[in-house]
Amino acid sequence: MNLIAKPSKDNIKTYVPIGLSLVSLSFLDVFVNAFFNFNLMGFLPSQLSYFLPLILGFIGFYLIRIEFSGVRSLDILNKNINSNNFNALLTLFTIFIIIKSIPPMLDWFILEANFVGNSKDDCTGDGACWVFIKVWFNRFMYGLYPDAEQWRINTAFLILFAVVGVSFFVSEKLKKYFILFLVFVFPFLGIKLISGGSFGLEYVESAAWGGLSLTFIISAFAILFCFPIGVILALGRRSSLPAIKYISIGFIELWRGVPLITVLFMSAVMFPMFLPDGTFIDKLIRVLIAITLFEAAYMAEVVRGGLQALPKGQYEAAKSLGMGYWRMNALIILPQALKLVIPGIANTLLALVKDTPLIFVVGLMELAGMIGLAKTNPKWLGMAMEGYVFAGLVFWIICYAMSRYSQNLEKKLSTER
Amino acid sequence: MGKIIELKKVNKWFDKFQVLKDINLEVAPQEKIVICGPSGSGKSTLIRCINRLEEHQEGNIIVDGTELAENTKNIEKIRAEVGMVFQQFNLFPHLSILDNCTLAPIWVKKLPKKEAEEVAMENLTRVQIDDQALKFPGQLSGGQQQRAAIARALCMEPKIMLFDEPTSALDPEMIKEVLDVMVDLAKGGMTMIVVTHEMGFAKEVADYMIFMDEGKIVERAKTKEFFENPKSDRTKLFLSQIL
Repeated sequence: MNLIAKPSKDNIKTYVPIGLSLVSLSFLDVFVNAFFNFNLMGFLPSQLSYFLPLILGFIGFYLIRIEFSGVRSLDILNKNINSNNFNALLTLFTIFIIIKSIPPMLDWFILEANFVGNSKDDCTGDGACWVFIKVWFNRFMYGLYPDAEQWRINTAFLILFAVVGVSFFVSEKLKKYFILFLVFVFPFLGIKLISGGSFGLEYVESAAWGGLSLTFIISAFAILFCFPIGVILALGRRSSLPAIKYISIGFIELWRGVPLITVLFMSAVMFPMFLPDGTFIDKLIRVLIAITLFEAAYMAEVVRGGLQALPKGQYEAAKSLGMGYWRMNALIILPQALKLVIPGIANTLLALVKDTPLIFVVGLMELAGMIGLAKTNPKWLGMAMEGYVFAGLVFWIICYAMSRYSQNLEKKLSTER
Repeated sequence: MGKIIELKKVNKWFDKFQVLKDINLEVAPQEKIVICGPSGSGKSTLIRCINRLEEHQEGNIIVDGTELAENTKNIEKIRAEVGMVFQQFNLFPHLSILDNCTLAPIWVKKLPKKEAEEVAMENLTRVQIDDQALKFPGQLSGGQQQRAAIARALCMEPKIMLFDEPTSALDPEMIKEVLDVMVDLAKGGMTMIVVTHEMGFAKEVADYMIFMDEGKIVERAKTKEFFENPKSDRTKLFLSQIL
């Protein structure tokens, strides 16, 4: 009778060691099975040995489920992953699946993968063919940009990273000039450097731009321009002047209602038809304008959310101190509203970065586009998986960095201490 | 003596509901006026019309020689001369107390930063929270916040101060510290219009009392007379309930 008594504080000394060893045994069984393909319980009938880890783990978890055992780590464990039989089962399944999925992942990514060589034939293993990424890496980064001129892209980005890096270590006063330089001078300097055509630099047409550098260029410009336009639209939508208000509403609703892919297509194909003969606007610029206006409409609604969250008293206090419309918004309203909607702004900007691959519809090839192109190369057929895993990883790194930055910003600007 | 504020036959509606009915009011420089009355009687709306946070539809409002109307160009200039203190303080939560006080002087009056900070510290000392200057509004008690709001208004060196129920949102023990500041201000000769239910304060500083009900000024009298010998029955009833 004593053996099947309910686990409690009294029998903790016997139950917990037994329970823990049963749970460990079940994990060990799955682990050995997954990594070494060896069945510890092979001596048992096949049906039983299949389910044994689950049964052992279940019993083990039952034995260590003691309410208020007084042992802190045990209580935390019970509360979080072992609060009842159902949760114990969920815990077991989750851990089993994780253990089981590690070896095949390891195999595909590393153990069975091929890293050396320079053609598809060098990929003899069952795993990923990273040779594909290696051989095409240059194209994935720079698109069809001429090899001899790639130092220009590198230089532009090096300057960018250097200026951003240094700006973290200078005084607040100097920082202002760094930011002004980054926003108003650098973008145009960088574009001039990359496109060339003057200062003895060879002209490289934008159709040759591509790869990750194009992802960055388009994202950076779109973010730079869509933000102020979005703020102005948001203010416009709340304006008391009917003309401004309805123009803003019309603009926002028009652009929000159309899929980006349509907008891009129109900007590249239909828009030139409306231009007078002989005028020519670069395709990249047209696409940039399209993405900027599209994202500005979303940005406007995010910012409007922040404007609406501010109490009316803030507007009244600003007015009562003699501030006009622009001063009130620039000094009092926007700083607070934008701070409130940092998560929403980050959301929109992340979506923007991840929308850039859509420019393939007009023939521009950023990172994902270049990968799509490379995988259809007759010598490299069947490399879609490697390519898209790589693209996913790169996009994830970019987006995660942006997300972390926005969280830091939020913390830094918080004044509710 | 000239008038610094003049209201002539002012009428105001919210949609169809008339909040102000034929309001006539004159305020001379350095006069202190306390407006009281039941809630919904239009007291707040009246003083909010004086710096045009609310627009009136009929009549004239003349502040320091300028008439407030739809086409008034320099409404900001008038507002800069008329300080206002709100029931809910309305400090700017993203700025320190000092920045709250210097922002408008720097950007509206174009004072150099250093000078603005000197003025701000002077006024913060006057309301006795100079030691809180670098904190943010969220870190202060209600009474301290309201005193900071008064200091912020004073930094614009206004000719007139409007108080819209400045103590109604405060805990009882914080009311006194705010009223003390207001009494001090009144003794310094500021022109003040105060909407409040603090009758002790009214007796101490007010030159005139105004009693409002249903959008009308029911009674306007010298303070002593107002409390000792009110004329209208409505005023008597109100005073009997509040005192």
